[in-house]
Amino acid sequence: MSNEATLHGHAGAATSHDVDVHHDEHGHHKETFITKYVFSQDHKMIAKQFLITGMIWAILGGLMSVLFRLQLGYPDAHFQILEDLLGSKWAKGGQIQPEFYYALVTMHGTVLVFFVLTGGLSGTFANFLIPLQLGARDMASPFLNMLSYWFFWLASVVMLSSLFVETGPASGGWTSYPPLSALGDASEGSKVGMDLWITSMALFVVSSLLGGLNYISTILNLRTKGMSMTRMPLTIWALLFTAILGVLSFPVLLSGFILLLFDRHGGTSFYLSDIYIASGKALPNEGGSAILYQHLFWFLGHPEVYIIILPAMGLVSEVMSVNARKPIFGYMAMVGSMFAIAVLAFLVWAHHMFVTGLNPFLGSVFVLLTLLIAVPSAIKVFNWLTTLWKGNIRFTPAMLFAIGFVSMFISGGLTGIFLGNSTLDIQLHDTMFVIAHFHIVMGVSGILGMFAGIYHWFPKMYGRYLNNTMAYIHFWITLVGAYLIFWPMHYEGLAGMPRRYLDTSGWVSFNQFGGLNRFISTVAMIVFAAQLLFVFNFFYSIFKGRKVITQNPWGATTLEWTAPIRPGHGNWPGEIPEVHRWAYDYAKDGRDFIPQTEPLGSNESAH
Amino acid sequence: MSTIFLLLILLLGFLITFQIAKASEYVGVLKGEKKNFEANNRINGFLMIAFLVLGLIGVYWCNELYRGKILGESASKHGEQIDTMMYITIAITGVVFVITQILLFWFAYKYQYSEKRTAYYFPHDNRLEIIWTVVPAIALTVLVGFGLFYWFRITGEAPADAAQVEVTGKQFGWIFRYPGKDGVFGKKYYKNIDEAAGNSLGLLWDDPSGHDDLVVGNELYIEVLKPIKLIINSRDVVHDVGLVHFRQKMDAVPGTPTTMWFIPKFTTDEMKKREKNPDFEYELSCDQMCGKGHFTMRAVVKVVTHDELILWKAKQKAAYVLAFPDKDPSTQPKIDTLPKNPSTAGIN
Repeated sequence: MSNEATLHGHAGAATSHDVDVHHDEHGHHKETFITKYVFSQDHKMIAKQFLITGMIWAILGGLMSVLFRLQLGYPDAHFQILEDLLGSKWAKGGQIQPEFYYALVTMHGTVLVFFVLTGGLSGTFANFLIPLQLGARDMASPFLNMLSYWFFWLASVVMLSSLFVETGPASGGWTSYPPLSALGDASEGSKVGMDLWITSMALFVVSSLLGGLNYISTILNLRTKGMSMTRMPLTIWALLFTAILGVLSFPVLLSGFILLLFDRHGGTSFYLSDIYIASGKALPNEGGSAILYQHLFWFLGHPEVYIIILPAMGLVSEVMSVNARKPIFGYMAMVGSMFAIAVLAFLVWAHHMFVTGLNPFLGSVFVLLTLLIAVPSAIKVFNWLTTLWKGNIRFTPAMLFAIGFVSMFISGGLTGIFLGNSTLDIQLHDTMFVIAHFHIVMGVSGILGMFAGIYHWFPKMYGRYLNNTMAYIHFWITLVGAYLIFWPMHYEGLAGMPRRYLDTSGWVSFNQFGGLNRFISTVAMIVFAAQLLFVFNFFYSIFKGRKVITQNPWGATTLEWTAPIRPGHGNWPGEIPEVHRWAYDYAKDGRDFIPQTEPLGSNESAH
Repeated sequence: MSTIFLLLILLLGFLITFQIAKASEYVGVLKGEKKNFEANNRINGFLMIAFLVLGLIGVYWCNELYRGKILGESASKHGEQIDTMMYITIAITGVVFVITQILLFWFAYKYQYSEKRTAYYFPHDNRLEIIWTVVPAIALTVLVGFGLFYWFRITGEAPADAAQVEVTGKQFGWIFRYPGKDGVFGKKYYKNIDEAAGNSLGLLWDDPSGHDDLVVGNELYIEVLKPIKLIINSRDVVHDVGLVHFRQKMDAVPGTPTTMWFIPKFTTDEMKKREKNPDFEYELSCDQMCGKGHFTMRAVVKVVTHDELILWKAKQKAAYVLAFPDKDPSTQPKIDTLPKNPSTAGIN
């Protein structure tokens, strides 16, 4: 049973097993503060670095959304404190200025999609779980792994610095379509801010590739004895597909950025043609195609949403099985559907471009392929539902987030069927409906999956528990709040209200939602506050949480729970455990769970 | 001041929550780990079912509240097809949504931990898995079928008798060009653009077919019940012609002209009556991020009768005449070329 722990301080010394081995016992060099906490090559420390960097970005990105929701909800109000804090250029008279509004939405999108839900999510859990769940001592290349984090860190620093340049950060939307993003004359944010944005993203791509190659080679080569591919937990499968997607698609994005850089500074015309800038000059560039960038961008951009959601799916599958005390239903179907999603992810990018003037026939091919993705997604949902059926469910905080994830994934997945259908996309494209859709299916689902992972593996990371009461409050406010924020947005979208409009007062057609916008903004602020509660819980519990005193607090089958409570570099003090069965033997033969390390009984059949 | 006050309240809220959370942790230990777990599990199990019931009521209520505020009847024939498609999709996804959410939270509630129950070892079932592969596949085939049927009708070639207007987006407004009596747009080149000289589109004045072209900003006049084809350009960055009431949308890309066509069903005046809103206007919005004035990039579409359109056009002066007032406006510019499309000549 879970939570067999006592308060810190009380009987804390009485570890029930002699498993609390602090440091590696196989003759390592002495670790200094620098090598242990800063330039660490231990995958567990790198995971924590990714996680905490991701959390800092999540707070900043969330704060940005609070600021622009303030404008959207209260377009006529004057918040003097904003001018005091941000200066009169960005918040003149306490109102967010349009340039700043667009800079905020651009940064919010970039930061959340890449730094939080890619770097923060994959970076954390791939690093933490791959060696621990596979029975490896570390990644295939700990050094590249370290570099992966530090490139991410550099990318973060460059992105952060762009917030402080005089002309402001990039403001052309997280997709940064040229010519807007290519021409400093077209937008303030397309000056220095855009160069910093491209630089930061290039560094991020490097980080992502170093990490991804490492994850793939570790999974393929460093599995412990007996750990065949079909015995791997679904988390590892998910992280494998994620890494493959990233390795194949991020270079395409980088190439798109490099061409953009050439157009900006090299006088080339990859994306530019027939442009007359309002300041009164016709540019010499002819023959380029602005649409080319969109193809290059979305060739990553679409797999990117699966790069976000697949790890969340993996974490949720694992957490759900452990806490329903039941094997995940349809393990091979889960793997197969993730494989299908990974393949299809590369074949659907142009559904973001139905109304760019794309050939309608080509559009129809992308409709077919896009809606095809709904089939593996549906399989996954029904398999999760069946996993809950006749289970014996423990509502640990991680389990709550896993259930919330499935609910959100259903809601957001279904609206994808609207947008993937080109006929409906004509009406819904670039409206608030799209905002509602991708926030629910990618943003909220992704972050709920990440929370499920954090709550579940926090005891393994830090040897302490998070506070449950704060976790429950955090969960319910987040789930209810997310629905309250994004559900009504669909109606704004159905009414055709375009996204990225900071004030609809000049319009007859979109100005009927003032009350709703205020409501959404208010809820957004409450939900943001609840996330701060989580952040507090997280950092408080690292130092003061209840200590974990059993090796396997959740009663899970996987290998990370056979390692010491606070594993040193190398993970297992002695031999690496050997695996004899798949990861989901729960409730089998009348036993609550059977660890992967236990050999098959004489009359027991393998899964 | 009030902001600081609010922040203080927030901080206080945090402290209280934290104290409660901490205290409940101590109480939990005193009560015993198992008892505490069971109590929490029951609460969360109840909240699961409460969330489901309140959530479904909320969804229904939200729909009642806003269904009158989303678009009414489509104002174009194409829009009717999009609306039909929308209702089919809402029906199918709506059923799936309700069923799956009920199953999810109902299972969570029903199968919450109980000492008496052991979980059922049920690792897979090929029959079930085939069912939920095939059924969604069939449903999606239906949706793809309907969708593409309408898609090709909407994006197909415009009828030969369609009127043509060229739309050009710029930061931050719209320019409309009508081909004039000859039904032919004059040639243009972006390097000829000269706002000061009255040439906002870069028309080539040595092309006589452009001499009768009308160039108008921010108001588009089109005829009711007649197919209209828009040829869409951009002068600087990517914009998007969004026509909510006609359910139409198409990007304006510099260097790459795009098109859309539709048939308006009601004049602006008829819509004012139908919507019971004397301020009603058909609006053309920019739907693609284009810079700081994106949200103000608005044009008005006036749908008028055949006679009204002729009258309006008669009052306009050709761009050529406006640029060269010395060319006598009363004498028509000589037309060297025959109209390429005779059927459109009548309405111009």
